[in-house]
Amino acid sequence: MAGINLRGVVKAYGKTQVIHGVDCTIADGEFLVIVGPSGCGKSTLLRMIAGLEIITDGEISIGDRVVNDLEPAERDIAMVFQNYALYPHMTVYNNMAYGLKIRGLAKADIDTRVRKAAEILALDDDLLRRTPRQLSGGQRQRVAMGRAIVRQPSAFLFDEPLSNLDAKLRVQMRLEIKKLQQNLGITSVYVTHDQVEAMTLGHRLMVLNGGVVEQIGAPIELYEHPATLFVAGFIGSPAMNLLPARIGDGGDRVELSGGDSLALPPGRFAAHAGQTVTAGLRPEHFEIVTDDQSVARLAVDVVEQLGADTLVHGHFGNDRGSLTVRLNGTQNLQARQVLPMSVRPELIHLFDADSGRRLES
Amino acid sequence: MEKRVVFRNPVLPYLLLAPQLIVTLVFFIWPAFQALKQSVLLEDPFGLRSRFVWLENFEYLFANAQYLDSLSITAVFSVSVAALALSVALYLAVQADRVVKAAAVYKTLLIWPYAVAPAVAGILWLLMFNPTLGILAYALRSLGYDWNHQVNGDQAMVLVVVAAAWKQISYNFLFFLAGMQAIPRSLIEAAAIDGAGPARRFWTIVFPLLTPTTFFLLVINIVYAFFDTFGIIHAVTQGGPAGATNILVYKVFNDGFIGLDLGGSAAQSVILMAIVIGLTVIQFRFIERKVHY
Ligand SMILES: Nc1ncnc2c1ncn2[C@@H]1O[C@H](COP(=O)(O)OP(=O)(O)O)[C@@H](O)[C@H]1O
Ligand SMILES: [Mg+2]
Repeated sequence: MAGINLRGVVKAYGKTQVIHGVDCTIADGEFLVIVGPSGCGKSTLLRMIAGLEIITDGEISIGDRVVNDLEPAERDIAMVFQNYALYPHMTVYNNMAYGLKIRGLAKADIDTRVRKAAEILALDDDLLRRTPRQLSGGQRQRVAMGRAIVRQPSAFLFDEPLSNLDAKLRVQMRLEIKKLQQNLGITSVYVTHDQVEAMTLGHRLMVLNGGVVEQIGAPIELYEHPATLFVAGFIGSPAMNLLPARIGDGGDRVELSGGDSLALPPGRFAAHAGQTVTAGLRPEHFEIVTDDQSVARLAVDVVEQLGADTLVHGHFGNDRGSLTVRLNGTQNLQARQVLPMSVRPELIHLFDADSGRRLES
Repeated sequence: MEKRVVFRNPVLPYLLLAPQLIVTLVFFIWPAFQALKQSVLLEDPFGLRSRFVWLENFEYLFANAQYLDSLSITAVFSVSVAALALSVALYLAVQADRVVKAAAVYKTLLIWPYAVAPAVAGILWLLMFNPTLGILAYALRSLGYDWNHQVNGDQAMVLVVVAAAWKQISYNFLFFLAGMQAIPRSLIEAAAIDGAGPARRFWTIVFPLLTPTTFFLLVINIVYAFFDTFGIIHAVTQGGPAGATNILVYKVFNDGFIGLDLGGSAAQSVILMAIVIGLTVIQFRFIERKVHY
């Protein structure tokens, strides 16, 4: 087992640079999820750790070894691919045994290890004799995991392993992967574009955008203190409402572009009085208030009843930009109704309008 | 979804099929039928009278040492051509699969030999191996090896095998390359992570996944060596020296048109037809089965 260390990692294809200097220390036994939109360089970064892409600049170490010039086989890692990459001409058993045979393990040892992995993943004997073609998507996924764990590597790498499964199976496998990682305690790096998957799986998340790390932190940390506008918009579902705004001259209110304003924690943003900002308001942080203390009035456009919650889409004042509000339980609301709404001051996020960075105190 | 065309006019479909049917009938079925008929007849040398002789022509063939010789020569020739053409093509395809820059140029150049007519290919190699003038014969001689395929039967065989295989390499190459490029990259990468080096990856992953392609090409190459190499033999050795390269197709021609033994020649054609039908059946029976993905 081993931690993984990335220092100033850069990747360029010819003249096009796609990863712009990533630094990250992944502790031994940690589950790190790399999350970001499609094309942001997640796979590229993971493949550099695996040794499938040349590291243009910077340094990657696994355990206490710098692995930049090591072959994938020498890095002591196992990888689960998006398409599973099972060997189609081999049985499930041989798929799992392949890496062990190459490492020259004794037949009996191989058998013990394969059977143990099969047991952990609930693959029965009948399944072990089949070829990948004769398996369902979920079973293939399991075999791919099995192939990774029989090797007992010092790290697991996952590249969107669940994205070929249907929604229900995805939730189930997500849970299994989490349990497996907890039980085995092997350092894991997991790539996904799905922020829910990322939030539920990772000890920590690395949010990647255009080859740049936006923020690294625990799921709740990213949720509560997004460092940038990008993270604010990316983490959380439904997404955070981002509204053009200005901090009032007293520094104690944030004036939304529609004309409404909300109270800020007293004194906290005094230094930013008068600054143009983007205000971030999470849908679930809105509360319906009695009209006299109300500061913002939401004109309701559409109401979606989900049973457990109600999603209200509307706009503030004369601002046409739409926003989403999530209220608990079922609500008796109509379109064109106006709701007095408020957000607790400490739950309001403010970002510099130019740099997109979070304003702190 | 069904994409069948529905014809209102009942005659039209047959009219549309007619050209293909007529060509097949006139150029394939009718000659085959003629050969079949001829193979059980014995004709006098002037072609004036012929006599029904049952299977005497065939009996004669299988008792004839020359024919049996030709049969084994053909076996050696076709297996050698197929083995050489397949292995060289596979090697080139593996290399081409790695090339990134100028890959298109490389591939185009490799495809050219396929466009060369068999007789021309034969002449090309013949010139290079000409005992007195040929550059390769000269090179061999300077290495202390005496090359004269006009006298030495084994050397003549090597020469026609090389010329015939050379022409078929391009075709095989294209299929191998396409087959290799259809193998998902991630399989190779998974094997690399599992610890397999390039050679091991090739023999345990790539080659097994190419089995359907290889088998298909094997049959195609044997059929080619059996039937399409007439031009090469004719241009290079005329079946000689002393019948050392007298493969079946060439013998059919020699016996029928030079020796004017029409019945015997027709019987040989019928045997060749049976062989090609057999190969085709094998092809269809097995090709579908071994496909992995
Ligand atoms: N072999 C390559 N050559 C050139 N550009 C590439 C190559 N592979 C990936 N890229 C580019 O690098 C960027 C990141 O790709 P990737 O890591 O696959 O993104 P993600 O996995 O986050 O969707 C993309 O813009 C992609 O076009
Ligand atoms: Mg990807």
